[in-house]
Amino acid sequence: MSTSPAQRRRIARWSVVNTAVVLYALFPVWWIVALSFKDPATLSDGSFVPRRWTLENYRGIFATSEFTRALVNSIGIALISTVVAVTLGTMAAYAVARLRFPGKRLLIGTSLLIAMFPPISLVSPLFDIERFLGLFDTWAGLIIPYMTFSLPLAIYTLSAFFREIPWDLEKAAKVDGATPAQAFRLVIAPLAAPGVFTTAILVFIFCWNDFLFAISLTSTTAARTVPAAIAFFTGSSQFQQPTGSIAAAAVVITVPIVVFVLLFQRRIVAGLTSGAVKG
Amino acid sequence: MTRLSEGARQERRLGWLLCAPAVLVMLAVTAYPVLYALYLSLHRYDLRFPQLARFVGLDNYAAVLSSGFWWEAFQVTCLITVVSVAVELALGMGLAVVMHRAILGRPAVRTAVLLPYGIVTVVAAFSWQYAWTPGIGYLVDSAGEAPLTDHWKAIGLIILAEVWKTTPFMALLLLAGLALVPEETLRAAMVDGATRWQRFRLVTLPLMKPAILVALLFRTLDAFRIFDNIYVLTQGSNGTGSVSILGYDNLFTALNLGIGSAISVLIFLCVAVIAFAFIRLFGTAAPGSEDTGR
Repeated sequence: MSTSPAQRRRIARWSVVNTAVVLYALFPVWWIVALSFKDPATLSDGSFVPRRWTLENYRGIFATSEFTRALVNSIGIALISTVVAVTLGTMAAYAVARLRFPGKRLLIGTSLLIAMFPPISLVSPLFDIERFLGLFDTWAGLIIPYMTFSLPLAIYTLSAFFREIPWDLEKAAKVDGATPAQAFRLVIAPLAAPGVFTTAILVFIFCWNDFLFAISLTSTTAARTVPAAIAFFTGSSQFQQPTGSIAAAAVVITVPIVVFVLLFQRRIVAGLTSGAVKG
Repeated sequence: MTRLSEGARQERRLGWLLCAPAVLVMLAVTAYPVLYALYLSLHRYDLRFPQLARFVGLDNYAAVLSSGFWWEAFQVTCLITVVSVAVELALGMGLAVVMHRAILGRPAVRTAVLLPYGIVTVVAAFSWQYAWTPGIGYLVDSAGEAPLTDHWKAIGLIILAEVWKTTPFMALLLLAGLALVPEETLRAAMVDGATRWQRFRLVTLPLMKPAILVALLFRTLDAFRIFDNIYVLTQGSNGTGSVSILGYDNLFTALNLGIGSAISVLIFLCVAVIAFAFIRLFGTAAPGSEDTGR
């Protein structure tokens, strides 16, 4: 019964479709992984699987401070931006989802506008302003645009999550004599934690991914993040191509995100779609 | 009665208080710089000759709009935007249907589809660049290699990289819309003798319209701002630069803040026009316009 010919055909068809989808998603990823493990001598052989596996490329990028420094910058800047954006976003989203106050539409409209904003339009004024304020090529100089551009994402996702939180608990807390602020801190905040966590992942990925601000608003290793740093990689000698180093660095910054995505895929899907498609 | 209005006033004050930091940050970091960009765009301001800075009115705009570079970049950007969003919509819809209907291996497909979303754009772009480079390792400058130095091939590869990276996002938005289509309606259509294609076209698609429009709006605006992929794949050579690349080059290669700012403002206007057109098209389905009250 369980394997009628029709059913078997369906299973076969789905297997083909699924395999095609998985290959589509994995092909370029595998390619960069393969490159990163190739021996410098075989780097240009064009084979899809490394003939001689080596960790030399990884040793190479961790040997100099150029990459490690960029990694520290990336982690620090993305973490701080995430914490600030999610904190401010949580406050605003709570108000949007739970409170009645004039100007709410204006807030939603403004954040939508900023989400649509072309970052290149900000690069020229920010470049000049940050040089004037001494923020150019500092962590703060990148954290400021990152948290701004991730705030709309944070507000949208969080308010969608917050709308799902049972109202009655807050009311009950208020009946028990809690002020709205107390109700927020003691009742809603713990309930909102999963949504906040999901938003934090999305915001972190957003900051981690940025390239335009990273190459425009930094000039040295003081604040340059990994995506920008690998674009400026040079080989260990001028006759050596940076291909292997770039591939290894690419894999290093991809792995944490892939692990995140795999661990929290359900949440990420919910978070990505909640802000955009809702009743 | 007075207690209630007191509570309402308290609620209103708390609402403003909670939103204030986010609003202040967003305004300080976008509104002020945009106004400053507007100001810069009306001045001759070249970092190599700062002493020559002066008000020039709309000269920068005239210079940009009468230059072939802007229109070439504009055409390339529009082409990349239209083609990649169209392909993404078709592919994304296919992926969404697969994720929605798959009778086996659904978690695996879902995971695989999310991978491109998680990969840093620059990393993916490098992967594509090396994938299309004959003789990897001899890439002294990207002008030396074959497909990426040909105008049309390079644009095709840029679109491919863009489509690969962002189709999952499109597919997820469409999947959310697909989930809203009631199963009974589809079954009723099936009972009425509608074929699979008719069911999709006449039942599923109309019900998904809001989701499709939102996905299209997000992706169109995103694609119009394309930068990372082009920067890594071609650096905008051979007429493959987008408007964002053009703006960047004027700022950081030519160090001309006046012209660069004029380009920035023009890009901002383009994006505003696209957003406005979509929102007119949407009507009430626009993401900011629904009633977001409690």
